[in-house]
Amino acid sequence: MNIEIKDIQKRFGDFVALHQINLAIAQGELLALLGPSGSGKTTLLRIIAGLEQPTSGSILFGGDDLVGQSLRERKIGFVFQHYALFRHMTVFENVAFGLRVKRRAERPAEAEIGKRVRRLLDLVQLGPFGGRYPSQLSGGQRQRVALARALAIGPRVLMLDEPFGALDAKVRKELRRWLRGLHDEMGLTSVFVTHDQEEALELADRVVIMNQGRIEQIGSPDYVYEHPASAFAYEFLGNVNRFECAIRNGQAVFAGGTISVPENANTGDGPAIAYVRPHDIEVFTGPTAAALAATVSYISAAGPLAKVEVAAADGRLIEIELARPMLRALALKVGSLVHIRARKARVFRRDAEPSPGETHSIRGEGRYSEPATPPAPMWHI
Amino acid sequence: MRVFARFLPRRAPSVLPGFGPALGFALAYLSIIVLMPLAALVLRPAELGFSGFVAVVTQPRVLAALRLSFGASLIAAAINAVFGMIVAWVLVRYSFPGKRLVDALVDLPFALPTAVAGVALTALYAPNGWIGRLLQPLGIEVAFTPLGVVVALVFIGLPFVVRTVQPVLQDLDREVEEAAASLGASRWQTIVRVILPAILPALLTGFALALARGVGEYGSVIFIAGNMPLVSEIAPLLIVIKLEQYDYAGAAAVGVAMLSISFVMLLILNLLQRWHRGH
Repeated sequence: MNIEIKDIQKRFGDFVALHQINLAIAQGELLALLGPSGSGKTTLLRIIAGLEQPTSGSILFGGDDLVGQSLRERKIGFVFQHYALFRHMTVFENVAFGLRVKRRAERPAEAEIGKRVRRLLDLVQLGPFGGRYPSQLSGGQRQRVALARALAIGPRVLMLDEPFGALDAKVRKELRRWLRGLHDEMGLTSVFVTHDQEEALELADRVVIMNQGRIEQIGSPDYVYEHPASAFAYEFLGNVNRFECAIRNGQAVFAGGTISVPENANTGDGPAIAYVRPHDIEVFTGPTAAALAATVSYISAAGPLAKVEVAAADGRLIEIELARPMLRALALKVGSLVHIRARKARVFRRDAEPSPGETHSIRGEGRYSEPATPPAPMWHI
Repeated sequence: MRVFARFLPRRAPSVLPGFGPALGFALAYLSIIVLMPLAALVLRPAELGFSGFVAVVTQPRVLAALRLSFGASLIAAAINAVFGMIVAWVLVRYSFPGKRLVDALVDLPFALPTAVAGVALTALYAPNGWIGRLLQPLGIEVAFTPLGVVVALVFIGLPFVVRTVQPVLQDLDREVEEAAASLGASRWQTIVRVILPAILPALLTGFALALARGVGEYGSVIFIAGNMPLVSEIAPLLIVIKLEQYDYAGAAAVGVAMLSISFVMLLILNLLQRWHRGH
């Protein structure tokens, strides 16, 4: 079922929770709504599901306008953040609920209900747990009961509100992989909300980045990670180092030097911020062209990538991620003097920087596209 | 059995210390405050002997009073269970001007001296009272009939149901109702299958409290009941009458009968709750 969201607006009194949202979701897609709390992502999900009515706009499911249609007619499987299981019912009865409340003419026979529920419980790997009560299950198991319950009604679309929010890291990871497999198997159009960028990037076919009631960017996980459309998106999608600079004639000017930023060619002159991902910084032990001198202040070598923090001459801390062999080759220690250079940077004008109470738009730019020339190193000294 | 098994072996130090002294204190306190008076009550009619006790309790006047006391209390508690729940629902779920006032109003039957409530209700429901005047042409007499007893017990029992159901409704997750709706349940199905089962234990507690209060109620009832023997005379009044006639053993016998019936009813309600919780 493809979904089209047209000019959806939602106000709560004077507060505008969603500004004119337009979004098309393709059949069979797994879409993530990603944003910080208060960005309107859950409100949008609830509006699509029909748990809330939009102030204006329309939602089309395969061409039918849904606004005003009752939840019962929508047939949307909704998985709540805190599972919202029926505590007084067994797992079996929870899953059977959607079938039992059907109108008499559509209600399956008792034997058929039993068969379908058992199949669903097997699907979510809870076959032996049908007779338990939700209070006797772990968080991950409850989440899977909620999922089975939502799937029982044969939904046209599956919606999940922060599905892994209340789970510990390991269970979250397992459940994420399992959900991806389930989605690929069933081909059900699914939308989930998360504030965890890693989760969105790992799980979704496409990511919708939201901020303050607007969509900042839509794209595949690789694309939005590689080419964030705004300063907000850049900061939100992972760790980042910020460097003050200025744009002059389409070039970024730093205290130490200048780099060319072709994608900012049309951006007017003014103060700007350059963003560099921790893994886009090269480290040299000896003096190198266009590099910045810094002192290593912290090393954490647990995990596949070593995290190194260096202090620049002005005392600012810069975060770097290095492959472990690289760390060994460089023989870095706390206190070592190093020279660092950015492999890649992204520059946004200062007025496009995230700040509370205003929205972020990039002036003179549409969607960011890969620059034709490879990005030059920063800090020409 | 489980309780004993828990403290027969040497127990590991608990993070909640003081189990021993606390249990000892609770038992001693309950014995002095509750059990001793009850024991005295049970011992008193012993001078009558068992057959004497049965003779007192099976007097038609005593049987009629017991039937009225427990019957009217059950009916009143049932009425309160339904309407008290609705009041609690309205107070929890909707906001409207004067909500706090209504909320405070619920407790009034607690605070009012019961005799005052009885006088006020009698004035209202007497054949020439505001409500009594309207009901009389319909052939409904409230004051000085068993119906009047029910009205008085409904009045004094209301807060028990509202105040026990209210917090449970407050804690009931909105998401659970939304989940039911998204699974295709109608509003009615959501209420019957999801909300009612969730508040049933609290509702049973409220019902039990209202019932217990109704059985023991004296002040408000004697004004409106008319107190006709065999018709509208409640058991507590009968006890007072027997006391005034210096028939202490007889009064205690009626008391023991009430006590036993109350105990059995509360026990059944408790078992119902346990059964509900356990599955």
